[in-house]
Amino acid sequence: MTMKKWERKDLLGLRDLSAAEIQLILDTAKSFQEVSLRSVKKVPALQGKTIANLFFEPSTRTRISFELAEKRLSADTLHIAAQTSSFVKGETLKDAAKNIEALKVDVIIMRHPSSGAPHRIANYLKANVINAGDGINEHPSQALIDMFTVLEKKKKIKGIRISFIGDILHSRVARSNIWGLTKLGAEVTVCAPKTLLPRDVEKLGVRATTNLQEAVKDADVINLLRIQLERQEESYFPSIREYVTAYQISSEILKKAKPDVLIMHPGPVNRGIEITSEVVDGPYSVILDQVTNGLSVRMAILYLICGASAEPVVKEAA
Amino acid sequence: MSATEKVVLDAEGIQRAIIRIAHEILEFHHGTQDLALVGIRTRGVHLAERLQKQIQTIEGVMLPLGLLDITLYRDDLREIGPRPEVRQTEIPFNITGQKVVLVDDVLYTGRTVRAALDALTDYGRPLLIQLAALIDRGHRELPIKADYVGKNIPTSREQEVILHLREKDGLDDVIVRSKEA
Repeated sequence: MTMKKWERKDLLGLRDLSAAEIQLILDTAKSFQEVSLRSVKKVPALQGKTIANLFFEPSTRTRISFELAEKRLSADTLHIAAQTSSFVKGETLKDAAKNIEALKVDVIIMRHPSSGAPHRIANYLKANVINAGDGINEHPSQALIDMFTVLEKKKKIKGIRISFIGDILHSRVARSNIWGLTKLGAEVTVCAPKTLLPRDVEKLGVRATTNLQEAVKDADVINLLRIQLERQEESYFPSIREYVTAYQISSEILKKAKPDVLIMHPGPVNRGIEITSEVVDGPYSVILDQVTNGLSVRMAILYLICGASAEPVVKEAA
Repeated sequence: MSATEKVVLDAEGIQRAIIRIAHEILEFHHGTQDLALVGIRTRGVHLAERLQKQIQTIEGVMLPLGLLDITLYRDDLREIGPRPEVRQTEIPFNITGQKVVLVDDVLYTGRTVRAALDALTDYGRPLLIQLAALIDRGHRELPIKADYVGKNIPTSREQEVILHLREKDGLDDVIVRSKEA
């Protein structure tokens, strides 16, 4: 099944990728782990490439992780945060992207609050586009990091039982993980109050439950999603306290879990809400391993994508 | 178009070359003090392992051995095309102050060795770096020369030199393949 060549111009989501393509990224990431352990943490693989990080939504961890990965590959980097930039003011997304491309940028990393935004600009640009999170659609690099961490700790993905707990409905991390994990043969469960589960989520090949114990008891991995506090006003659940009572991961509930269960969280963590502080810092937690692995995985993505031919799909009408 | 193949080195020949290079390394360095081997992936690694074993047989000392993948240092990465596979580099010792013998299978343009020198110096500052190659087939494109050579094989650029090693290919030999019109 091993495929040794990457041919896609863009990485927009795991929905489009084959199992072999996902495996190629994970294999390549393994080789990049060593770079961050050297005294000189830098390789010349992307020398002369320019990468623009275009963030239309606040982000700290994804942005610094990409930035460091770019630097470790010797690329030149450019940061544009839409909130502080006059690029974008009144401009259409396409114009903004075309302006950036006119600066001879080779790769655009993009985060946007609208689902599908990176897909749209990828069609118009010669530059390679990497989706760093679009609306509630996908966050492919984060899912690849989670999968890489599972592979690293459990030595396999096929047959592994993974439960996602939290706001599944609004989670692009969960969505990308579901696409990727099911393609590699994991057994995925999603658990949340009914209002935070997408309708027909089972059609994605996962098991859905509203019962936390059921999601915890057989899981090899529990991946927690941040409860987006700003959503509480929209009445998806009655109160934070009620959510905590029914869905918080605590040492108590973990007594019902497997003794070698892994606790993952893509961050930022709301200590005391979806997870107790004790569990965040406890022996099951691999939350910081996810952060470290983020570098290797993003280096692998950048390395592979920079070789792909750079032709836009849509030729523009004159 | 057909091709003719000629075996230019058999298993015994490869074994003899390894033994000789091992002796030459020990003679040049007056022993094994501060000496280390680094094989270039993939066949250079197998040759480095054989040299390590041979030197142990002669001197009773197991030299430190590193495995180097040079992919990220290649000078053709700027070109568009599917990226070559990146494999792991494992250098489990500090190379600073060591006398490092870099081991490659076939020395040709010298570009692999250039990349290996850049990669290696990112890990530290060796006292010196030498180069051992099982085959030197000529046609250098960079000012690089091997310190230890198993066999010089004059070739034309159109010919192909194929090295089989039993660790990877199940048998030991070196073949020169010529294309015929």
